[in-house]
Amino acid sequence: MNIYVLMKKTFDTEEKIQINGGVIEEDGAEFIINPYDEYAIEEAIKLRDEHDGEVTVVTVGDEESEKQLRTALAMGADKAVLINTEDDLEEGDQYTTVRILEAYFEDKDVDIILAGNVAIDEASGQVGPRLADKLDMPYVTTITELNIDGDTVNITRDVEGDEEKIETSLPLLVTCQQGLNEPRYPSLPGIMKAKKKPLEELEIDDLDLDEDDVEAKTETVEVFLPPEKEAGKVLEGETDEQVKELVSLLKTEAKVL
Amino acid sequence: MTKLLAFAEIKDGDIRNVSFETIAAARQIDEGAEVVAVVFGNKNVEEAANQMIQYGADRAVTVTHDNLENYTSDGYTQAAMAVIEQENPDGMVMGHTSAGKDLSPRIASKLDSGLVSDITAIDGEDFVRPIYSGKAFEKKSIKDGKKFITIRPNNIAPLDQDESRSGDVASLDVEIKDIRTIIKEVVRKASDGVDLSEANIIVAGGRGVKSEEGFEPLHELADVLGAAVGASRGACDAGYCDYSLQIGQTGKVVTPDLYIACGISGAIQHLAGMSNSKVIVAINKDPEANIFNVADYGIVGDLFDVVPKLTEELKAIQVK
Repeated sequence: MNIYVLMKKTFDTEEKIQINGGVIEEDGAEFIINPYDEYAIEEAIKLRDEHDGEVTVVTVGDEESEKQLRTALAMGADKAVLINTEDDLEEGDQYTTVRILEAYFEDKDVDIILAGNVAIDEASGQVGPRLADKLDMPYVTTITELNIDGDTVNITRDVEGDEEKIETSLPLLVTCQQGLNEPRYPSLPGIMKAKKKPLEELEIDDLDLDEDDVEAKTETVEVFLPPEKEAGKVLEGETDEQVKELVSLLKTEAKVL
Repeated sequence: MTKLLAFAEIKDGDIRNVSFETIAAARQIDEGAEVVAVVFGNKNVEEAANQMIQYGADRAVTVTHDNLENYTSDGYTQAAMAVIEQENPDGMVMGHTSAGKDLSPRIASKLDSGLVSDITAIDGEDFVRPIYSGKAFEKKSIKDGKKFITIRPNNIAPLDQDESRSGDVASLDVEIKDIRTIIKEVVRKASDGVDLSEANIIVAGGRGVKSEEGFEPLHELADVLGAAVGASRGACDAGYCDYSLQIGQTGKVVTPDLYIACGISGAIQHLAGMSNSKVIVAINKDPEANIFNVADYGIVGDLFDVVPKLTEELKAIQVK
């Protein structure tokens, strides 16, 4: 089975966001594999172990993305592909990323592509469905269970807390939701092995694309921080009094009741 | 004249509030635009179409087909593309809901257009959206192609309903076929409560809730308030509740009018998911808990003492 995973690196969830010169300051920030992509990597490895085949993790990123790709290899993925756009692209959007991935997948024989359902930084959730459309594949988003039997695929999908049981077939693209699995930590032997696993590096030129082909459809005009919240009022007195005061404040001051 | 499509969303036979918000968003993009409501379903679409008109749409286009009973990517794409082909709009607005998130990127891909997702405000030509789960915001513009956006529920106020308002409702015949993802069954798990993403009030529990049963007083408070129940990752990881309730950097990002955090310490990942709520109440035993730094009102105390009393007090004033 030819299994592909789309991966993105994101800020560690612990990071505070700072803005410098109109953009998010990345210097000194810790990066991690987007948490939803970790579910995709874990599921891909489980599929490979069950059905044989190969797991290839693909990212569109920069030089620094190699670190997260090595982590994915250490978890158990077989191959990694870094499409490095650092020297070629100033600003891209989801259209850009998908044009690049579409070109990458053009000559690939794919059974399944797994992605996170959303990245916790830009949080658009567009790349999976857009790519599936370009590759003319069915897709199922926010999956929490995946079973493949021959060409038949049975999926449980999270729909705002409800569950949909879905039947579909390969080739297929899915986006992963929390609850799908428990991503493993890389083991020490895994980390050692990962250093020797193949990591292919490409630029958009290698995919017969130039800058104009992938020009973003949207642009970022401004990035800003939300207004700092001031610490509020801690109520005093016995619980009964506090509760009465709270209800009164919610009615008269905050006007939310 | 600019023409904008506003997509209605029907869930379990009822039109969702965010549908009306799409009309208001379209009017904010261009006050003078012709706003065309789009309604899909397997029955009773005219009723929803008329409601969309009462909430400010100029007219409506409906597609009725048995294969549109439940949302499927293939079914709704066929219907949406048929409407877009007929209307050739300058832009489209959908809710950033489960269906909107699934459908909008595919339509954008088909049209080779940009798409700005999960918008919370519209500022002239620019669209404001939270990034890093609300730790920051960005303003985006669409450089060329159709103005295509999805809006986060509960952020752009709908226009007032005008029951005397009328408009043309036209049905479009579309053959909906070759659905590649078949829905075998829908298991209702969230049906007992209000949907988290659209809730005006949320009562959320953290590790301090201590057990699955510990959520009971929170549910009782939520019932009195007509609120949805949510949770922190800590509570989900500990198995006290389902992951579908999780609010935070992983999980749902919510912006209700009132957020009542019970036994939640306020880890940065959780704050990212809820700190843009309009009013925050924190109930926690630990006076040093980080949640008090973002709370408008705080009560230092045991939630198992405070929450039931709060429920009683609210019941008492409701009776009055």
